[in-house]
Amino acid sequence: MARVVLVTGVSRYLGGKLARLLASHPDVERVVGVDVIPPPEDLGHAEFVRADIRNPVIAKVIKAAAVDTVVHMNVIATPVGAGGRSAMKEINVIGTMQLLAACQRAPSIRQLVVKSSAMVYGVSPKDPAMFTEDMEAIRLPRSGFAKDSVEVEGYVRGFARRRPDVDVTMLRFANILGPGIDTPLSRYLSLPVVPTVMGFDGRLQLTHEDDALDAVQVATFGHAPGTYNVSGDGVLMLSQAIARAGRVNLPLPTPVASVTRDVVRRFGFIDFTSEQIAYFKYGRGVDTSLIKERLGFVPRYSTRATFDEFLKAHPLGRVMPWDAPDEPAPVSTIGGASS
Amino acid sequence: MNDAQVIPLNPDRDPNEGKGSSFPGEQQVAGALRFLRRRLEGSYQVDDFGFDRELTHDLLIPSLRPLYEKWFRVEVHGIENVPSEGGALIVANHSGTVALDSLMTQVALADHHPAHRELRMLGADLVFALPFVGTAARRAGHTLACNPDAERLLASGELVGVWPEGFKGVGKPYSERYRLQRFGRGGFVSAALRTQVPIIPTSIVGAEEIYPILADAKVLARLLGMPYFPITPTFPWLGPLGMIPLPSKWHIEFGEPIMTDVFTEGAADDPMLMFNLTDQVRETIQHTLYKLLMQRRSVFF
Repeated sequence: MARVVLVTGVSRYLGGKLARLLASHPDVERVVGVDVIPPPEDLGHAEFVRADIRNPVIAKVIKAAAVDTVVHMNVIATPVGAGGRSAMKEINVIGTMQLLAACQRAPSIRQLVVKSSAMVYGVSPKDPAMFTEDMEAIRLPRSGFAKDSVEVEGYVRGFARRRPDVDVTMLRFANILGPGIDTPLSRYLSLPVVPTVMGFDGRLQLTHEDDALDAVQVATFGHAPGTYNVSGDGVLMLSQAIARAGRVNLPLPTPVASVTRDVVRRFGFIDFTSEQIAYFKYGRGVDTSLIKERLGFVPRYSTRATFDEFLKAHPLGRVMPWDAPDEPAPVSTIGGASS
Repeated sequence: MNDAQVIPLNPDRDPNEGKGSSFPGEQQVAGALRFLRRRLEGSYQVDDFGFDRELTHDLLIPSLRPLYEKWFRVEVHGIENVPSEGGALIVANHSGTVALDSLMTQVALADHHPAHRELRMLGADLVFALPFVGTAARRAGHTLACNPDAERLLASGELVGVWPEGFKGVGKPYSERYRLQRFGRGGFVSAALRTQVPIIPTSIVGAEEIYPILADAKVLARLLGMPYFPITPTFPWLGPLGMIPLPSKWHIEFGEPIMTDVFTEGAADDPMLMFNLTDQVRETIQHTLYKLLMQRRSVFF
C-alpha cells in the first residue's frame, strides 16, 4: 500500500532527517513535511508545506494530500530557538491539540505516530529503578518539556479513544544524543566545567539519534500500535559521563545549584527546569523490552556507545589531562543486572 | 553471574609498565593506580540499577572487612542454605541504630559463600533521597524497596536482601532488643512468590549491642528530618568518638530456605497465604534469634 505521510516539525533536526528517510522508503508514495519556518536543509524527495500546526490550516493540508499517516515530531524539548517558554508550550500543547483535531475530522487517517519522552515518568527518589510502559509517574512533572509531554500524551490518548480505527503509537524516548543533535543535555555536557548537585549522581539513559529515527520508522511500518519506551541499553552515571568527556565535575550544594541554574538560564545558554535538576540528581531508567518484543526494535547503540559517538563528534578539547577511554562498548542487559 | 566482571586493561596504559623497579607492594600500588585511573576516566561499568561492581569489590568490601573480621568477629552459620546460583530472597532482622547488619551480611556472602555471591539490598525510600548515602547505596548494588525492583532483580537471578522491619527495627530502644518488629506489608513474600524463588530467613545476633539506644530524641529527629535520633551511652556525649560501635561478637545464621515454587501461579494474589508465609518467616527468624542468644556466652565473646 503506497502511503502518504505527514511529518510535523521538519525544520528541526530529527524531523528533517526523518522526512528524508521516509521519502526514500519504497512503501511511501509521498511525504509532506510541515513547519513554520523553511527547513535549513534540503528535504530530499519530501515536499515542504509552510504551515503552522497551531491553526486550522493544517486540516486543509491533510485533506488536500489525502494523508493516511501522521508522524508528530513537533514536541520540542527546548525553548532556545522556539522563542521562549510560552511559545514552546504553545507549539507543544496547542499544536498537538490542533493537529489531533484536524486528524479526527480526516477520514483518510489510518495511523498516528507521536514522539514523546521518558520524562513523562517524572523523577523522584521513590522511583523504581526501571519504568515499564504501564507504570505511572510517582511524582508528576510540573514544568517545561516534561509537563508538555504529559499533556501531549493525554490528548493523544483522548484522540485514540475517539478514533479507535486509527493505529496510535507513542514513543517515549530517553534523552536523544548523537553527533548532530542539539539538546539541553548536549549543551550541558559540553560545558568545560559541569555543575552537578553535591551528593547526588543520576543514572542517565541515552538514545542515539539514528536509533531514534529507526524507532519512528519501525513504529510507522510495523503493525503494533501502543506506547513504547525507547532507549539505548544500559546506563551511564552522570559523574561517569562527565569523566568520560574529560570535563571538570563541579559539585555544588543544593541551594547553590539552584542559583547557578537560574544564572545559566538567564543567559539563555541552556534552559534548565527543576525537572532536569531532579533528573541529574536521581536519574531514571526505562525498560525497553516491550518494543524489542513487539516491534523487534533493538537499538544499534548502547547508552555508552551513544555517549562515545557524541564525544567523537564534539571535539570539545579535553579539560582533564587524560584520553577518552576506548575499551569495547559493553553488552548490557535491559531487564536486570548484567550477567 | 557471580564472576566479578573483568574490565579489560589496556597494557599500554599501565602506569608502571617497563619501569623495571621493584619494591614490596609494587603490585598493590600499581593496582591501586590503575583503579584510580579507571575511576577518573569513567571507564567502569554500572548495571541498570546503578550497581558499580568494581567499586563494591575493590573498595567497599575491603574497607568493611576489618570491621567484619577483627571488630565484630562475625561467625557465619548455614551458608550452604544460600543457593550458589539463581534468585533467592534473604530476609533478616534489622537492628543496631546504623544499618551495619545489612553491610555485614553483604560481606559474609561475598567472602564466605563458595560462589562469592553479591547481595542486592532493598532500601527504604529515605535512603535514596539523602545526599551521598543514596548514591553510595546505588553504587553498592542496593535499590528501592518496591515490588517492581525486587521482582526484576529476583527474576534475573540475583540474590536479594530485605530487612522488612525497616527503621522500626534499627531505631528501636535497647530494652526491646531481639524482639522483632512488624514485618511491613509482606511485599517481599509476594515478590518471592511471583518469581518463585526461595526465601531464606536470616538471623543476625550481635548487631543490637553495637549502639544501644537508651532514648530517642524525637524533637531533634523531627528537626533533622530523621526517623529517630539515638541517644546511646556514648553518643552524642563523646562526639565523633561516640560513633565507634561497641565490639560485640556477631553471629549470622542463614536458615533453611522456604520454597515458593510449590505454590500455584495465583498464589501471590492470595492475601491469606501471604500473611501466613510472612508469619512463618518472622517466627523462624525469631526462634533462631532465641536459639543463638541461648548459645551465646557473652555479648563480646
